[in-house]
Amino acid sequence: MELRKNYFADVRKDDLHEIGQPRPRSDSPGHVTGKTAFFADRNFPGMLHLKMVRSPHHHARIRSIDTSEAEKHPGVVKVLTAKDVPHNVYTILILIQIGPEDETVLADGKVRWKGEAVVAVLAETERAAQEAAAKVKVDYEVLPAVFDMEEALKPGAPLVNEYHGQNYYLYDSGACRKVRFGDVEAGFAGADHILEQSYQSSPIEHAPTETTGCVVMPEGNDRFTCYTNTQAMFFTLDNTSIILQMPGSKLHFVGGTVGGGFGGKVDVIVEPIAILGAKLTGRPVSFIYSREEEMQISSPRAAEKVVIKDGVMKDGRIIARKVTGYTDAGAYSRHSPYGAQKGAGHYPGPYTIPNVWIDTYCVYTNRTPSSAMRGFGVTIGDFALEVQMDKLARLIGMDPLEFRFINAYRDGDMKAHRQPTEGAALIECMQEASRAANWPVAEKYMAMSSYKNGA
Amino acid sequence: MAIRRGRGVAAINYPTGMNLGGDPTQALVHSTPTGNFMVTLSSVDLGQGMKQIMAQICAETIGVPTDRVVVDTADTDTGPHCMGTFASRGTHRAGNAVIQAAKEARQVMLEVAAEELEVNASDLETDGQGNILVKGAPQKSISIFDVALSAHFKRGRSISGRGMFLIPRSYPEKETGAMKPSTCYAHACTVAEVEVDDETGEVTVLTVKNVFEIGRALNPKMVEQQLVGGSWMGISHALYETTEPYYPNRDNGGTDFNQYLMPGPGDLAETEIIVLERPSADGPYGAKGPGEMCANPQIPAVANAVFDAVGVRIDTLPITPERILRALKAQAAS
Repeated sequence: MELRKNYFADVRKDDLHEIGQPRPRSDSPGHVTGKTAFFADRNFPGMLHLKMVRSPHHHARIRSIDTSEAEKHPGVVKVLTAKDVPHNVYTILILIQIGPEDETVLADGKVRWKGEAVVAVLAETERAAQEAAAKVKVDYEVLPAVFDMEEALKPGAPLVNEYHGQNYYLYDSGACRKVRFGDVEAGFAGADHILEQSYQSSPIEHAPTETTGCVVMPEGNDRFTCYTNTQAMFFTLDNTSIILQMPGSKLHFVGGTVGGGFGGKVDVIVEPIAILGAKLTGRPVSFIYSREEEMQISSPRAAEKVVIKDGVMKDGRIIARKVTGYTDAGAYSRHSPYGAQKGAGHYPGPYTIPNVWIDTYCVYTNRTPSSAMRGFGVTIGDFALEVQMDKLARLIGMDPLEFRFINAYRDGDMKAHRQPTEGAALIECMQEASRAANWPVAEKYMAMSSYKNGA
Repeated sequence: MAIRRGRGVAAINYPTGMNLGGDPTQALVHSTPTGNFMVTLSSVDLGQGMKQIMAQICAETIGVPTDRVVVDTADTDTGPHCMGTFASRGTHRAGNAVIQAAKEARQVMLEVAAEELEVNASDLETDGQGNILVKGAPQKSISIFDVALSAHFKRGRSISGRGMFLIPRSYPEKETGAMKPSTCYAHACTVAEVEVDDETGEVTVLTVKNVFEIGRALNPKMVEQQLVGGSWMGISHALYETTEPYYPNRDNGGTDFNQYLMPGPGDLAETEIIVLERPSADGPYGAKGPGEMCANPQIPAVANAVFDAVGVRIDTLPITPERILRALKAQAAS
């Protein structure tokens, strides 16, 4: 890595003692000698293991659940169903007033995606829990399912989630989060070229080294200590408090070093049911996802579809951009309404465009619920935006890097969401990339600056 | 049939912190009797090294070496509230909270030192090595070790501080979308060079040159580990990863690392990282959050490089050999 101090030298200071120093990490020796403790290193006498019975169907009504054979299985201590969960219907962003509650801890009457948790089995060993889970009999009536966002938005599509009433998240602005800036149709009418393109992604797994999980210890003072690898301690504690209808003072969450998060450990999935199991049995409980559960059950990055329509002039100026973004939330909200909305605040990218129209939708389908992942709301949008930029440059016969300089935002430029640009540095990054990659651009671009009224 | 070479560029920006704000983090700082400092948080270290950075931030603000600071975090019984480690927010939000707490503790520390030295607290400065000196008369000094002992056993003072950082929540205007998503943005420009085998559709990423502007590299070595890892993840997203390879079909999803494809050591490109610093107005010592954005620009840069190499656009991720071959076949047919 090289630090290029010649850029922004007038606003950088080198008068610090500890900041800017490449100090060795104090936790590295523990990591590389295997001494760092992770949550799963806790192993308490009498600890039970929790395994989930999961839906084999994408969408089905549950006619009945028979747990009698599972309960008789040797080593089984407790079998939990929806009726055991005090506040079974929840949604995690209710803490920041983004409702409605739309998801069940354990399925109640219906499953909406293949893999949904239906029954929790607690047993003396992992093997006994797994074997007993296989003995739970669930009678399903399979329902039509919808897997594609475009299909889900068509009239007459199967309704994925009754708590929403339609297959999209209803924002206060309507079916989508909107940004309106300038007059996009007038911009298209005045453009030399129009280019409309569609981009698509598939779900992506966080692939952390350490899978999601927790170990719960019921303490002598009527409290529960939950050793967890959540990325957000109080967010998880407060949601658990709601789901279990248990005062937060009864809960003690202990984290530590997490073996990789990438956004995959902010869904509050394992902790509430494990604590409930500990409460109802009076014994320590371990609930740790297998690698298969981590890959196919835990929320992935959403599949997204992004449609971009641009109006561009022969001289390289983009004068109108319309973006329609679709985020596939799967069957439940989790963090997806937030992610789709983040996209609306991100488009049209780091470029100054006078006429902008943005609609971002959060769509429900009968798929594994998606949620947070490194950059969600932006990562796939940037793929779409920057491939589109390349196509536009080639359309007007311009160098792709020079084309970006022409449109790059600078301090003081008004963004589509009506915030003036501050602290821009796109131009300088491109100048340095031009040098580092030996990708020459015209001298006038190398003389530009992100500063207001910069050359 | 041939191996064809191409290169592509992408430029991006990325907001720091939870979108639209409203995501507080608090911190407490106190000294031990011998002048070491404890930072108490409930933030989570995901392996990116949050504890180390918070220690450096506290040390800088108090005026002691980093090894005099211990960070206790991720315990809801002891640590004050943190919204969580996500949205590129850890360093920015928790760092600001630590600075505020450390400033308050530093002020008490200077007041105790002033009493011991019989000067005004405003006339004192720290040397960064564990001593407090009178400005302009450095021979008149006291160690932080002795100041802490005095505070605890003689003066009855608590060298401690409370800190919190909150960006007020922005609510988007319904019709126009007027809103404030973030207070500062990191930036990047990536140039990727690839080889594409037009017989097999296989892509080899030869080089990735990344320029990142991240406000301030608080610990350059740790910045490097995060940026290199992010760059690899970007390549992985571009060419390999998905749990459902034929969206909207739900089948064929990987259930382990044999089936879920990611690049191995031999698939990683020669990676260059260049860092620019334009300090942010509200970041701790100017830092922005590079945690997420560093994995973004490689994806379109690789996609554009593939086009440059073989002249087909793959607008669906991931850019698999199958998709490239199908596109080449369609191109040949038309």
